[in-house]
Amino acid sequence: MADEALFLLLHNEMVSGVYKSTEQGEVENGRCITKLENMGFRVGQGLIERFTKDTARFKDELDIMKFICKDFWTTVFKKQIDNLRTNHQGIYVLQDNKFRLLTQMSAGKQYLEHASKYLAFTCGLIRGGLSNLGIKSIVTAEVSSMPACKFQVMIQKL
Amino acid sequence: MAVCIAVIAKENYPLYIRSVPTENELKFHYMVHTSLDVVDEKISALGKALVDQRELYLGLLYPTEDHKVYGYVTNSKVKFVMVVDSSNTALRDNEIRSMFRKLHNSYTDVMCNPFYNPGDRIHSRAFDNMVTAMMIQVC
Repeated sequence: MADEALFLLLHNEMVSGVYKSTEQGEVENGRCITKLENMGFRVGQGLIERFTKDTARFKDELDIMKFICKDFWTTVFKKQIDNLRTNHQGIYVLQDNKFRLLTQMSAGKQYLEHASKYLAFTCGLIRGGLSNLGIKSIVTAEVSSMPACKFQVMIQKL
Repeated sequence: MAVCIAVIAKENYPLYIRSVPTENELKFHYMVHTSLDVVDEKISALGKALVDQRELYLGLLYPTEDHKVYGYVTNSKVKFVMVVDSSNTALRDNEIRSMFRKLHNSYTDVMCNPFYNPGDRIHSRAFDNMVTAMMIQVC
């Protein structure tokens, strides 16, 4: 895998590029975040196809979430998720105490309001990966203190 | 050497289906359709004894008098179905497995293609060429 700085810098440029490309009138936070999330979605679908090519078949939902926390996160961010919590009713909280895409930004409360822009792509990544594995979900992220962040995955039962 | 190869999406509609003696295409389409039931049976939790739950290759789905049908399911629930001629007895399990591996690799490449929308029919020429190489040569 290439040096991780490449993806970090590209991701930062991508976020500022999406925000710059909106017209003067519509600097709506929502639309840009949706765009970034959709980008992450498509990338997640392709990535999961590649990563699960050689792995054994998944037994159940928890197995899939564990795969995302360990193998998927390691391949993309070079570390595992620090904490996975679930209420066994379709809600999973993935906690990363040192999220790679935020470490270079700040180490506390500074720039907190901008953090959500940089998490949108990763939320889409998780959602795309899960959707390709057959799980419909909604992924949101929250940051209370950089660089730790929590991704909340809500599985939607059909 | 396969006679018909099909790629079925997780919603059970075909993403790609091609058979070599093109006159009897409908018969092969029908065969692939009926094999979907067998695939579902094999991957359901009830059939635990039938196939190793961790493996992607499903093996022989069902034999007919002229043809044998093999199946393979990816982790993203996309199914590959291959129909081979029964008269071709030289074809061993290992060869079928390697053909499915090649199919899976090509499918992954199609998935990562930015011009491909997941869920559309597969039009990729590279995929076509790979499938042609696997099909039987009928004059």
